[in-house]
Order: sequence, then C-alpha cells, then structure tokens
Amino acid sequence: MNDFIVKRKDADDVSIVYLKGYLDAHTAPDFENALQDLVDENRVRIVVNLAELTYISSAGLGVFMGFIEDIRNKKGDIKLAEPNDKVFRVFDLLGFPVLYEIFKKEEEAIEKYRSS
Amino acid sequence: MENKVKSYLLKIPGQTDNLELIRNFVSGIAKKVGFDEEDTNKIELAIDEACTNVIEHAYQHDESQDIDIAVKIDYNKFTIVVADRGRSFDMDEVEIPDMSSYLAELRVGGLGIYLMRTLMDEVDYHSKPGEKNEVTMVKYFLKKGKKAKKKA
Repeated sequence: MNDFIVKRKDADDVSIVYLKGYLDAHTAPDFENALQDLVDENRVRIVVNLAELTYISSAGLGVFMGFIEDIRNKKGDIKLAEPNDKVFRVFDLLGFPVLYEIFKKEEEAIEKYRSS
Repeated sequence: MENKVKSYLLKIPGQTDNLELIRNFVSGIAKKVGFDEEDTNKIELAIDEACTNVIEHAYQHDESQDIDIAVKIDYNKFTIVVADRGRSFDMDEVEIPDMSSYLAELRVGGLGIYLMRTLMDEVDYHSKPGEKNEVTMVKYFLKKGKKAKKKA
C-alpha cells in the first residue's frame, strides 16, 4: 500500500523532493531516507515540494529538523514549496515559517538558490 | 437538559501503520458531529500525536500492545480518551518546547504534548502505575462568536 511516496528530481545543483500522501510516524522514515541519500551525495540545495502532501504530524516535522543543521553547515538549505493550508497550519504551530523559507511555487524556491 | 453521552470505541494494536486508521476513525466522528474542517484537522492531529506518544514512549514499539480509544459526545463537548498499559511519564514536567531543543523534545514526546495542548481545549493525563495511563482531550462545540452546528 503506497500511502506515502517520495520522488526526487535533480536540476543542476538543486534537488527537488516531492512528497505525496501523509507524513506521520509511520512514513517519516521514507522521507528521512530520501534526505539521507541527498546528504550522502552532497546534494544539499534541496527544495521539498509539498503540493501533494495531505497531512503532516510532528514526526514529519522532526525529519526536517533532523537534517537542517547539517545541511546548512554544508552551505545548503531545505526550502519548502507549495504547502496546502492544512499542512501550512501545522508548520505555523511549530514556528516553521521562522526557520524555513516557504514558497508558493517550486520555481520560486529554485530561483532563490540561483540568485544567492 | 439532556445529559446523554454517546461513545465510540476503538481497540487497536499500537503500531505506527495503524495511525491512519486511528485518524480516520476519530476525524470521521468529528465531521459527523459537525466540526468544521479546521477543527476536524486539529482533532485529527491531536489523536495522532497522542497515539504516537503511546507507541513510542509508553509501549516503546511493542506491537503486541493495544491502544484503547474512546470518543465521547455529549451536549457541549467532544472528548477523546486514549488509554494504554505501558510506561507512564509525568506530563506536568513537560514545558513549552523551545526550538533549539526541538529534537530533544521530539525524542521525549514533548512536541506531541505541546501540540495536543495547543490543538485541543483541555488535555489531562492520569496514570495508575502498573495499570494504565489515560490522556483525555476535550474540544468544546460552542466557541466565542462562532456557533458550531452539533449533529448527533
């Protein structure tokens, strides 16, 4: 049963990770593995496209937090794109907008890397 | 005033792959009794956080243990009781997490508790050591300036 699917697309030095379905304590390890792969390959300019993410809990938020420091130390980042209202409200509850750049469109997030 | 309580009960193995079923069960009832989308989403997240804490901390991933979830509807409120027979912890010791110790909080279930308290109107924790632990979460139907439609 595919309740959560992670896909990845590499565009030059930026990698876009697409999350589909729900991100909870059960599915968080899949997302974790995807980010770990990117870090292992030293691909640290990351955009996470949340357009098809229907749900997130603190377990999902914890995956971001587990990687962000290391990635930023490597001069990379995790930028978020296209969260729906439900997902954004959860981000907001835990202060994510202060910690992460959140974009309405994937292209804007990628562009932010290009222009910095 | 009618003081009838309707109960919906779920006994389910404490496994993370059951979290979706648990969310569907509880949010389904929330929708049925008339909560709007935002409140239903809050209830859904609160039950997820409560049960994740049971699985990870009370049961430490022992999948042979069940979680008992009771949803109770009365005239003015929606109550969820999550009961487990695992390790207890002192909820009162948990403070509002600060982001610099986010990961530490995540590890000890503090974030889940913080979320539960933010999402629901009341959260209480009772523990009978060696017997069972119960988290009770309440959301009231009527809010200031906003009348929820309660359907039975």
